[in-house]
Amino acid sequence: MLDIAVSYNRYKFLGDEFLTWLWFMIETDQNRLCRYDPDLVSLNIGSRMVLENTRNNAKETVTIKGQDANLEEGLLALKKGAVVTEIHLSYKSGDQHWQFNLKGESLNISNLKLPETGPVETPEDLEGAVIEKIYLIEKVVGLVNNLFSHFIKLRISNEWRNQTVFRIRNWAMSLGKRPPDIDPE
Amino acid sequence: MGLLSSRISITRYKVAGRLDGSVHETVYRALKQHSIPEIEDDGSETMVGWTSFEYPYKPDFEGYSFVFGAHMVFALRIDKKSIPPKLVQKHYALKAAKHLAETGRQFLSGNEKKAIKEQVVNSLNRRIPAIPNVYDLVWHYKDASLWFFSNLKSANEALETLFIKSFGLPLIRLFPYTTADLKAGLSARERDLLLKLEPSRSEE
Repeated sequence: MLDIAVSYNRYKFLGDEFLTWLWFMIETDQNRLCRYDPDLVSLNIGSRMVLENTRNNAKETVTIKGQDANLEEGLLALKKGAVVTEIHLSYKSGDQHWQFNLKGESLNISNLKLPETGPVETPEDLEGAVIEKIYLIEKVVGLVNNLFSHFIKLRISNEWRNQTVFRIRNWAMSLGKRPPDIDPE
Repeated sequence: MGLLSSRISITRYKVAGRLDGSVHETVYRALKQHSIPEIEDDGSETMVGWTSFEYPYKPDFEGYSFVFGAHMVFALRIDKKSIPPKLVQKHYALKAAKHLAETGRQFLSGNEKKAIKEQVVNSLNRRIPAIPNVYDLVWHYKDASLWFFSNLKSANEALETLFIKSFGLPLIRLFPYTTADLKAGLSARERDLLLKLEPSRSEE
């Protein structure tokens, strides 16, 4: 295997492309995401997204945040060739709900909010609470691993080069275009 | 920074290799050997060691208390002394003035200044209590994976160093390349293709 520090920097673009692909999939193909994760009820963009454009040797960063954030700025950046470097996700499975941040370059999970669990009131409650928390965290770690594994297999295939890149580009370019106004006359 | 916190940060690792002998006994001995020292007046600025998940300020691993079902849960503790620069400045000025008065000289040499500053820092380090930071971890021994509940670079580096020192097993951080290489179930041919990948934009 490659040196860790070298491979971290050399391939960090894969994490950013993964998040960009994930945004595209969330917006265009939830059914396929459900096939990747049979327990998935929904996966949506949460309250924060960071995009970076490093074309032309200059770094431009766009941060969108807030509940019901308008993603138009992000779409505009995407059209100019930016990639998503950080994303906040809202994940529902069964009747439970998780929220977390995912960073492209490291695939680190942060600000993870788990579904509500019972309070730990006695020392005897602790073991059960720990095992329940581990189970709930495993759902998110498993989701990320699962989605990333599907992405990486697609990424090394010809389908990525011949179809997916164009589909993502077309999706980005088609967004924000309003349908032509129809004259009632 | 804990497993039971309302907001959690996770850095994921693969544990390379297996332990010899009884896993729980080996882990117990290593945790005990490398647990955080309880001496408060130590002159060192930073102390790093293992502590228990349940009692982070009084490490206790007896009865394999770190075992929760199929998982091992314990914590890394980093005790750090942080001396305010103005306090160092004050004690340095007092000590330097005393030294000049005792020797009857007007100026201190560079080496003398350095030596006085070191004495001041060491002396303050002995008197100032360390601030403890506790970071929980979950080790899934069967899956050779580990979750560390912090994304802080310094805490992750301390974990990687202490883990190999304690258990003789290296931790491999899971980021895009290592996740693809180690967790995505790629064939040898696919791993070769992975090595050759370039950013999509330059392929267009």
